[in-house]
Amino acid sequence: MSQPQHKDYAGAKLGMWLFLFTELFLFGGLFLLYATYLARYPQDFARAGKGMHIVFGTINTVILITSSLTAAMAVTAIQRNDRRRVLYLLGGTILCAAIFLFNKYLEWSSEIGRGIYPNSPRLAAGPPGESVFFSLYYLTVGLHGLHVLVGATLLSVVAWRVKKGIIHAGDYVLLENGSLYWHLVDIIWIFIFPLYYLLL
Amino acid sequence: MGSADQPETVASSFWNDTGRSGITSWIFSTDHKRIGLLYFYTVLSFFLIAVSLGVLLRIELMAPGRTIMGPQTYNAMFTVHGVVMIFLFIIPGFPGAFGNLIMPIQIGAQDVSFPRLNLFSWWLYIFGAAIIITSLFTGGGPPDTGWTFYVPFSERTTTNVSLAVFGVFVVGFSSILTGVNFVTTIHRLRAQGMTWGRLPLFVWSIYATAWVQILATPILGITLALIIAERLLGTGLFDPARGGDPLMYQHLFWIYSHPAVYIMILPAMGVISDVIPVFSRKPIFGYKMIAFSSLAIAAAGSLVWGHHMFTSGMSDTAILVFSFLTFVVAIPSAIKVFNWVSTLYRGSISLEAPMLFALSFLLLFSIGGLTGLILGAAATDIHVHDTQFVVGHFHYVIFGGAGFAFFSAMHYWLPKFYGRRYAEKPAVVAWALMFIGFNITYFSMMVLGMKGMPRRYYDYLPEFTALNLTSTIGSWILVSGLILMLVNLFRGLLKGEPVGDNPWGGATLEWSIPSPPPTENFVEEPVVTHGPYDFSGSGIP
Repeated sequence: MSQPQHKDYAGAKLGMWLFLFTELFLFGGLFLLYATYLARYPQDFARAGKGMHIVFGTINTVILITSSLTAAMAVTAIQRNDRRRVLYLLGGTILCAAIFLFNKYLEWSSEIGRGIYPNSPRLAAGPPGESVFFSLYYLTVGLHGLHVLVGATLLSVVAWRVKKGIIHAGDYVLLENGSLYWHLVDIIWIFIFPLYYLLL
Repeated sequence: MGSADQPETVASSFWNDTGRSGITSWIFSTDHKRIGLLYFYTVLSFFLIAVSLGVLLRIELMAPGRTIMGPQTYNAMFTVHGVVMIFLFIIPGFPGAFGNLIMPIQIGAQDVSFPRLNLFSWWLYIFGAAIIITSLFTGGGPPDTGWTFYVPFSERTTTNVSLAVFGVFVVGFSSILTGVNFVTTIHRLRAQGMTWGRLPLFVWSIYATAWVQILATPILGITLALIIAERLLGTGLFDPARGGDPLMYQHLFWIYSHPAVYIMILPAMGVISDVIPVFSRKPIFGYKMIAFSSLAIAAAGSLVWGHHMFTSGMSDTAILVFSFLTFVVAIPSAIKVFNWVSTLYRGSISLEAPMLFALSFLLLFSIGGLTGLILGAAATDIHVHDTQFVVGHFHYVIFGGAGFAFFSAMHYWLPKFYGRRYAEKPAVVAWALMFIGFNITYFSMMVLGMKGMPRRYYDYLPEFTALNLTSTIGSWILVSGLILMLVNLFRGLLKGEPVGDNPWGGATLEWSIPSPPPTENFVEEPVVTHGPYDFSGSGIP
């Protein structure tokens, strides 16, 4: 077909960056709601924020930053054509993603166990700001969790292609873009963590 | 649209020069021209469906009281008319169809940057459209909220809002990917010598549109996802009883949906900027200002969404600021109109079909734009808000503007891809019918609105009867013109006279290659040596 003969690396990365902007804007809508409702219910938000599991949040932050490190190292490793190391590093990132999601599962189970979930009787009986806080929390973190899942799947495909030799030192733009996507997942969490766990 | 459509006279063109055959050579093709035609025929089908619904709405409003449908059916019908027209026709229409067909050729490229992503965008669009159609016939029946899906009604109605909204979400994703693809393409794949100052103005407008698609559509995505969450999980973020605020929904919705009207109108302005100089036999006046004003509209248009909410209960300060910004957007729009008129001045104007549609755009868009200022000024908006005036204004901009530009593009560019052309005289008759019918239909609506008839009502007071009847009769004239136009156009494309490479005497790159173009567009990589409206070397008599 009529595809250009040469691969346009700069083009592929430009396209990825543009796509990452759209992801930021997707979360931007939720951050906008957070800002508005924080201004309206500062006390309710503070009370709700104190009840968050800061230990889970902190552990997950460390895990995610580590996973971003291994993803970045994988790019360096492919530049040195060290395929085995790329696979180990990507495996590390995917493992971190799995642990992150497992922690999230434990955290959500504990909260749901305490009767904190959207439209729950306990939140309905409490102050309105608290209900808004937790609805936003579940939506934002849930959407982020979905991105963790998508990112881990993407990196699995990348790892498989590295194994097959389709991605190699001469053509690794997909690995680079997959890694960029993973950094996006990381950076969104870097904003979620202080907003929901630390500030209030 | 199988292989039977192809003109037999052409030996090797994108119609026959592929590895696959039959339907799979179309729906799995990564050729931008084939994808462009796929988009074109799908958006056109949805346009015709939505036109039919519009005509039925007008028939219902022919006389007071129940004419052919009850209130619930009426509510569902105007909702579906709006959703299909906006999300399935005019938003994907220009970028998907003409952006794909024309933009890569105009910049001298073989294809877009990501051909497979391009095909995937079309599939997402089809998938989203299928979900929207499914939502009409399943669950609680077609959504009845209006295309704006305003809360709290969209949270409480028992109709199939969640599924329809999910379909729109998927279509939005398709729109984002098209935007990403086009921005990358225009940055990376311009031919040698195709500097930013030599880009055809249609490409500039597609470029500005692509940015709006990238920056605004994600907000629609999250807003629609929130409606679904509200309905299924009861998150209560827009429900005052649980601490939420319905006004926040309106903000989020219009943060996307106002810039979205620029997705609809900007490429239309690009078409006009290409058509007017060619049919005036004169270089465009103020190239730089037209290109710049496209970007200015895209930027300023992202900051005016609040003018949809003057009666919703925003603060007076917010109303003042949004009103001011709305007037600011009028400046780049007016720059364009003045430049087009200056291009016409002392030109050798040739009134062929593409030009007639383009000139009607000038008039109808100006009326639509100026009536927009009546709505943009808070004081007058409060008088006409949510009346038929808004409906009339909107159709002047989007149908009279974007729609007529779409028809202009169909007459101007489709012969390039079929190698054959339509008959001129029926095309002019069709244009005249449409122009007359259009003005009767929608001008009546604006007058009705001024007199106080609300929008979205299936019944009205007896004193509005005469104007409503006039509007309905106008819609029949409009549709008869539309039918004549389509029959003449497609008959011509299949059986009409063959056209040469450059039937209109254009100077942009698409006129330098054979009609229909070969699969790889350019046999040799083009080197651009002159501007897009430099007619000195194009052999115009």
